[in-house]
Amino acid sequence: MALLATHKLTAHYGDFQALFGVDITLDEGETIAIIGANGAGKTTLMRSIAGTLINEEPSVTFSDSVIGNRPADEIMAMGIAMVPEGRRLFPSLSVEENLLIGTYGRQHSGHWNLQTVYELFPILKERRANPGTALSGGQQQMVAIGRALMSNPRVLLCDEISLGLAPVVIRDIYKAVPKIKEAGASLIVVEQDIGQAMQVADRVYCMMEGRVTLSGTPDELSREAIHDAYFGAAV
Amino acid sequence: MIWVDTILQGILLGGLYALFAAGLSLVFGIMRLVNLAHGDLIVLGAYLILLLVTMTGLSPFLAAAIAIPLMFMLGYGLQKFMLNRVLGDDILPPLLVTFGLSVVLQNALLEGFSADSQRLPAGTLSTASVEVAGINLGVLPLLTFASAVLVIVGLNQLFYRTSLGRAFRATSDDATTASLMGIKPASIFAKATSIAMIIVTIAALYLGMRSNFDPNIGPARLIYAFEAVIIGGLGSLWGTLAGGIIIGVAQTVGAAINPEWQILAGHVAFLIVLLIRPRGLFPRAVD
Amino acid sequence: MADQTNTTPYAAHTGTNASRVAGVLALGLIVVLVALPAFASRSLIQDMFFILTMLVLAQFWNLLAGYGGLVSIGQQAFVGIGAYAMFGVVILAGLDPIPAILLGGVIAVLLAIPTAFFAFRLQGAYFAIGTWVIAEVVRLVVSQWQAVGGGTGTSLPRSATRELWFADAIENLFGVRSAAARDILSYWLAVILAVATIGGIYWLLRTRRGLALAAVRDNIEAAKSVGVDATRMKWIVFLVAAFGTGLTGALIYLQKARISPDAAFSVQDWTAYVIFIVVIGGIGTIEGPIIGVLVFFILQSLLADYGTWYLMLLGVIGIIIMLFAPRGLWGLISDRTGVELFPVRRRLTGGRLGQQKSPNNKTE
Repeated sequence: MALLATHKLTAHYGDFQALFGVDITLDEGETIAIIGANGAGKTTLMRSIAGTLINEEPSVTFSDSVIGNRPADEIMAMGIAMVPEGRRLFPSLSVEENLLIGTYGRQHSGHWNLQTVYELFPILKERRANPGTALSGGQQQMVAIGRALMSNPRVLLCDEISLGLAPVVIRDIYKAVPKIKEAGASLIVVEQDIGQAMQVADRVYCMMEGRVTLSGTPDELSREAIHDAYFGAAV
Repeated sequence: MIWVDTILQGILLGGLYALFAAGLSLVFGIMRLVNLAHGDLIVLGAYLILLLVTMTGLSPFLAAAIAIPLMFMLGYGLQKFMLNRVLGDDILPPLLVTFGLSVVLQNALLEGFSADSQRLPAGTLSTASVEVAGINLGVLPLLTFASAVLVIVGLNQLFYRTSLGRAFRATSDDATTASLMGIKPASIFAKATSIAMIIVTIAALYLGMRSNFDPNIGPARLIYAFEAVIIGGLGSLWGTLAGGIIIGVAQTVGAAINPEWQILAGHVAFLIVLLIRPRGLFPRAVD
Repeated sequence: MADQTNTTPYAAHTGTNASRVAGVLALGLIVVLVALPAFASRSLIQDMFFILTMLVLAQFWNLLAGYGGLVSIGQQAFVGIGAYAMFGVVILAGLDPIPAILLGGVIAVLLAIPTAFFAFRLQGAYFAIGTWVIAEVVRLVVSQWQAVGGGTGTSLPRSATRELWFADAIENLFGVRSAAARDILSYWLAVILAVATIGGIYWLLRTRRGLALAAVRDNIEAAKSVGVDATRMKWIVFLVAAFGTGLTGALIYLQKARISPDAAFSVQDWTAYVIFIVVIGGIGTIEGPIIGVLVFFILQSLLADYGTWYLMLLGVIGIIIMLFAPRGLWGLISDRTGVELFPVRRRLTGGRLGQQKSPNNKTE
C-alpha cells in the first residue's frame, strides 16, 4: 500500500476549478517528481496535500489515515512537511529561529536536528543569527528545506525549490536530496526544471490543466511524450 | 522645582498608561485585531479584584493573583469562541463585535455594581511616599511604573527567548506558512489574548488602587492605551512605554496649568506626534 | 426583463421589478409622511422625528463604513459641532435657527477636513479609535466655550424658538402652540433630510463615483490599478458624511432646544446606536439602515425602561448578527427572496450571456 495517495482529487479557488480528479501515489522511500507548465495545478496539488488548501472531499490518504480534510497543522504533526513555493521564511525570525520553528508542531525522532541540518548546509551555521530574509535566495531555500526537515517528516513536499535560482546554486541544493532520502524521508518534488526532476526522481508525473497527463519512470518516458504531456498533443 | 515634580509624576503616570497599552499592543501585533473592549476589560478586572477583596478580605495584590487565572481563562474563551470567528481580511467584523462587547460589559457592570465610584483598598500604601532629592514620590506610582517595566521586560523575554514567542512572531508574519510548521493560528491567537488578559489584570489592580473607578471609564482607558501604542510605534513594546510616558507627562503638565486641560493636553500631545511622526517614535523596520 | 430574447442588444440595467414597485410605494409613503402632522398626535410626531433623524445618521455612517470602508467611532463630533454651530450663531449673531442648520453642516465639513487629515494617517482599525480621539478633543474644547454654557450647556433663547421661520403659519394651520409647531417644523425638515439623504446616496452609488467607491472597498489595490483615486474617494465620502451628520445634529438640537457637550458629543447616542442600527439592518445596503432603525425603535419602545438590560441586549444582538449573519436582517431577507429595493449593481441583460445571468439577481 502506498504511503501517500490522492484519489480523484479535485480543488477549487472559488468558482475556478484547478484540479480535475488527480491520482498520484508515493511509496515508502520513493521520490516522485511532478512536472508541468505554469498553471498546470502543481502547487495546488501540493497545497491540497499539505492542508493549506482544504479539500471539499477527503481524497488524500496518508499511511492508514484519510487526511484530505484536515488543517495544515494536523497534517504536519502526522509527518508531512512542506517547503513552500517562494520559501516563505519568517522575516521576524533569525535563521536559527526559522529552523527551530519547524519543530513547533511536533518533532518525530530521527536523523534531523539543528546540528545535522547545519552539517547539511554549513553556510547556515555561519548565518544563524541573521534575519532569515537577509540571506541570498539559495541560502533562503536551504533554510526553508532545513526548517521542513527539522520535524523529521516521513514525507517532504518540495514546491519549486529551484525557482529563481542560478544553475550552480540549484546543483548545490539538489546535492542534499540523496542525503535527505538516505535519512528516511519520501519526497514529492515539484519542478519546472525537467532535467533536475528526471535526475532525482524514481517516478515522474506530468500535469497539464489540472490533470495528470503522463506518468512513469524517467527511463520509460521519451522526450516527445513529455513534450506532448507538457504542452498538449495537438500543439 | 515644581515643574520637575510635575514631570516626574507624569512619567510615573505613564507607567499606568503603558500597562493599559501593553495588552492592546500585544494583541494587535500578533493578529492585527484592535479590541475596542480593551478598556472595559480593564474595568472588569478591577471589579473582579474588588469582588474578591470584599468577599475574602484579602489584600488587593493577593486578590489580583487569584483574578489573573480567571481573566486568563476569560481571554482564552473570548478569543476562541468569539474573536477567532470574525478575524479575517475585513476589519469591520472584529471591530463591530468588540464594540458590541464593550457596550455589553459596561452595562453588565452597571447592572451588577451600579454607577457608584469604587476604589480598591490599598491601605497605607495609598499615602506612602519616599523622598528622592527633595521630591516626594508616591510608593504606589513607583510600584506601578516598576510593574510596567517588568511587564515589558517579561513580554520581550517571552517574544524573543521562548518557543511560544517564536510562534507568536511567525504567526504574525505569515499565518498560513506558520500552519505548515504545525502551528494552529487560532490557538496562538487564544494564547495571545489570554496573556494580554494577565496584563489587563495587572493594569486593573493599579487603576483600582490609584483612583476611583466606575463602569463607564473603560472607553477613556482604551483611548489612552491606543494613544500610547501609536506614539510608541506599532510593534515596539519599549515604544509603548515611551508613549505612555508622553501621555502621562502631557496630562500632568496640562493639569498643572489648568485642571480642566488635563485630558485635553494628553490628546493634543498624541495629535502632535501623529502630525510629525505618523508611524510613531519607534516604528518597527519590517511591517 | 422576462421577455428578453437572443436578439435583444446588450444593455446594462440597475432597475429590478421590486425597485420599481418600491419607487411607487416610496412616493406614496412620502405623501403620507408629509401629511402626518394633520392627524397625528404630538408624541407620534416626536417619535417619527427620532426615527427619521437616526435613519439619516445611520445612512451616513453606512456610507462611510459600509461603502467607504471607513469605520468611524467619532461621528458624534459632527453631530455635536453641527448642533453647537447652530446654537452659536443663534445666540451670538441672532440668526434664525432654520438657516443656522445649514451652517451646522458647513461647520461640520470644516471640522472634517483637519479630522480626515489626522485620521487618514491611521490604518484600518486604528482609524476608528483615531476619530474617537478627535471627537473627544472637540468635546473638551467646546466644554471650554463659555458663551454657549461651557460644560453645563445652554438652551436656545425663547425669542429664537418662538419667532422661528414658518412657525406662525404652522400654529395657525394646525391650531397648535409654538412648542408643538417647532416639533412639526423639525419633523418636516427631517422628512426632507431623510428623503434627500436616501435619494442622494442612491444617486451617488449609481454614478461612476459609486462604482469607484465599491471598487475601493472591495479591493483597494485593484481599484488603484484601474485608475480609481482611492484617497480622493475616501475624502469625498468622509466630507459628505460629515456634512449630512452635522446638518442632522443641528436639526436634532433645534427640536431639543437644549444642549450640553456631554449629550451632543455622546458616543453612545450618536455613534453606538447608529452602528447597531446599521449592523442589525444590514451593512453596505441602503435598505439595511431602514430596517435597522425600525427594529431599534421597536426595541427601544419595548425595553427602554430596563435601561442597562436594554443596552446589553442591543450589544448582544449586534455581536450575534456579526457572528452569524454579518449582512444583517436585510441580508437574510434579500438572500431568501432576491429582492433589492435600491439596486446599485449593474446587471447585463440581452444577448446570450444576459439570458443566463438575468434570472439570478444574486450573482455578483
